[in-house]
Amino acid sequence: MSGQTVPADFSGHMLDLDEDEDLDVFTKNTSLADGSPMPNSPSSMVNQYRLEEDEEDQQGAFTKDVFVSVDNPESHVTAIETFIMYRVVTKTTRSEFDSSEYDVRRRYQDFLWLRSRLEENHPTLIVHPLPEKFVMKGMVERFNDDFIETRRKALHRFLNKISEHPILSYSQHFKVFLTAQDLASQRKQGPGFLSRMGETVRAVANSVRGLRSRPEEFSTMHDYMENFSNKISSVDKVAQRIIKEQREYLDELKQYSPTYSQWAESEQDLAEPLKAVASCVERCSKETEEQVEHLSEVLVPTLHEYVLCAETVKAVMRRRDNIQAEFEAKNEALMSRKVDQEALQEEVDALGDRVELANNALRGDWSRWQGSLRTDLRSAFISAAEKNVEYYEKCLAVWESFLMSQREESSEQKGEDAS
Amino acid sequence: MAEDGKDDSVATDDDSDQTAADGSLNNTMVEEGSTLLRRMEICVAEAEKRSGKNAVSMQETFTVYLIETRPMDAVADGRNPAPDSLWRRYSEFELLRNYLIVTYPYIVAPPLPEKRAEFVWHKLSADNMDPDFVERRRVGLENFLLRVASHPVLSNDKILYHFLTEENGWKEVVYETGFQAKADSRLRALSATFRVRNPDKRFMEMKHYSDELQSHTSQLLRARARVADRLYGVYKVHGNYGRVFSEWSAIEKEMGDGLQSAGHHMDAYAASIDDILEEEEHYADQLKEYLSYAEALRAVCRKHELAQFELEMASQDLISKKQQREELATGIVRTFSFKGMTNKLFGQEAPEQREAKLKLLEELITEGEETVKEKTVECEEHVERAWVDMQRFKEQKDKDLREALINYAVMQISMCKKGIQVWSNAKECFLKM
Repeated sequence: MSGQTVPADFSGHMLDLDEDEDLDVFTKNTSLADGSPMPNSPSSMVNQYRLEEDEEDQQGAFTKDVFVSVDNPESHVTAIETFIMYRVVTKTTRSEFDSSEYDVRRRYQDFLWLRSRLEENHPTLIVHPLPEKFVMKGMVERFNDDFIETRRKALHRFLNKISEHPILSYSQHFKVFLTAQDLASQRKQGPGFLSRMGETVRAVANSVRGLRSRPEEFSTMHDYMENFSNKISSVDKVAQRIIKEQREYLDELKQYSPTYSQWAESEQDLAEPLKAVASCVERCSKETEEQVEHLSEVLVPTLHEYVLCAETVKAVMRRRDNIQAEFEAKNEALMSRKVDQEALQEEVDALGDRVELANNALRGDWSRWQGSLRTDLRSAFISAAEKNVEYYEKCLAVWESFLMSQREESSEQKGEDAS
Repeated sequence: MAEDGKDDSVATDDDSDQTAADGSLNNTMVEEGSTLLRRMEICVAEAEKRSGKNAVSMQETFTVYLIETRPMDAVADGRNPAPDSLWRRYSEFELLRNYLIVTYPYIVAPPLPEKRAEFVWHKLSADNMDPDFVERRRVGLENFLLRVASHPVLSNDKILYHFLTEENGWKEVVYETGFQAKADSRLRALSATFRVRNPDKRFMEMKHYSDELQSHTSQLLRARARVADRLYGVYKVHGNYGRVFSEWSAIEKEMGDGLQSAGHHMDAYAASIDDILEEEEHYADQLKEYLSYAEALRAVCRKHELAQFELEMASQDLISKKQQREELATGIVRTFSFKGMTNKLFGQEAPEQREAKLKLLEELITEGEETVKEKTVECEEHVERAWVDMQRFKEQKDKDLREALINYAVMQISMCKKGIQVWSNAKECFLKM
């Protein structure tokens, strides 16, 4: 995306290229920077988080009242570049929204912007990942239809995950994203790139000394995420390999059925069953095609999303670690020196609260995320299994009808012979 | 039975005087229409590895096959006697078949199972010693014997009977028939194909059909092998699910059980393809039989071309000899001949010489007429008998191949049913996640 000089875009771009995205996204300020109505005192904020955590434990306590859809990708041409705009339609009953329906156009960069804002303001919440910027292997063109459709679906899921989140769905940035006709001007507001850069440096400096000891619950979480990340990546690879093998099988099937129909041309009595078999093979290969499509449209995207999710969660955990590290660093400084104790004490207290906030946020969102993971993966696997059963049932019917037709033929012949 | 067989062979040696020129038995067996298979139960029961020294005294390993026979009336009575048996190797089957082809050139000879594994998909072994290959060969050899023994003409052959009943000395008996001398040279047959003028149209159509049959069955077999290869890949990759699900289940609490058991089903799915494809090899074997049959059919048509060609040659020869006689007798030269020219230039021969020449020519003409009669009979008999057998073959082929296609459908259905079961089970496991 060269040629863009607007800082907001540029910063979004920078976020992508950073390996450790987590380091530059947390603010020193404990109040939510997007200005949404939140109480000022840390303790009441802690209570706020706790409350929401309890709500989540009761299923359905959070009722979805923002409904978002992403569709209608259209090519948008300017003098400098060409990109895709997606239509984002919102229907809501929330009082915070001025209207009950919105229809805006957004591009991929806008989604990147939204996500980075959400992460910035909620460093230890798990923000659903976006589809990748590029697909390196296979050199898929950005404007290839399949690629656009896959991306559209993923963007749709992203917004829905946000709208279902008890905290994130109330984000001001989310509201702006869904409602503003001209997002570009809105994006210029908020902390600039340079101030965030400064924070990054400070954060690195603070966390260099490392974490004293991670609380056990987060250590368990950490170990689980390492393993889960490996496993889900493996499953994703297996699923993709299966699709590849199925496609090659399909190619051979397409060459196979004509050998029967070609043979039928030089036969007399044998022509009918040969043609029938050719037709059976053809119908089965159509079913195979459908089955492969289902895999690539339902199972693989879900698996892939959770591969990306795993990375997100690991980043969230690293951020939490850093928040704790920063607190510990300052606290140690406080313990050792007698200079400026009062000022330092305040700072340390604030950091301490921040740690508690961060931990509570992560704890709450963790169980929520796990539930979501289980639901999504379970449903994707069930769907894949159902599709396979359906596939075999259809093929079974094809071959059984062939057998029936042959039995009819032979009983007809027997009738003829008898008479 | 082996010993009785020996006595029988002594008795039937007298019958050999009654054999026709083509080696078949002129006896009532054919008229009764009872084939060998009706009187004798035949099977190729086992295969075994043997080692021995071959013709150039080198150690070699080969497989022998056990042929078991029992008299049918004993089986029908329920007496269930122990079968007579002997061992034969593949090369002996080949020898038998070559003998039958030469002796009955108007019969579409049942083929042997392939010498080497063809149309192999990559996991299938191309090794002749592989147990699966040996097993399929055993079935193919049994099939060959059953076909021959149920054939209205072939089943009456003595050599066949000896093959089934006398292990030792059979080879010598076969060679003694001198069949190898009767075999048509490849070159002669090929030249006949090109130079024959008036072959029977129906035979030409049959020959064309045999080419089509060969081409289509081999294309089908090749495509099928590739499909099998790919299907194998699809199933086996699912085994990876099994492994990963199992590892993953170890780190999960609620999802663990569901994943673990789903993984087992994935392993089962991956393993199921081996049996499925082994079954399908039988289908491929049925097609391969007719691939070989196509060649046998073509051979019968070629034999017709050869017989027709020889008849045409003999007729042509007779005509030219008669012409020579006429020229010699009348002195009128109809066609240019070198002799004629020299005669003109240097004068005619002495009357005695002409007489001698005429006499020789008459003899040659008489011989020629005999030859033409023989060749005509040969040709007509071949056409008549071959046509009958080709009709029989056509009906058999249609029936057999239709059955093979039905078998294939049955296999596909079985595969689908297995798939439905595995994935239904997997779904149940996923529901428990």
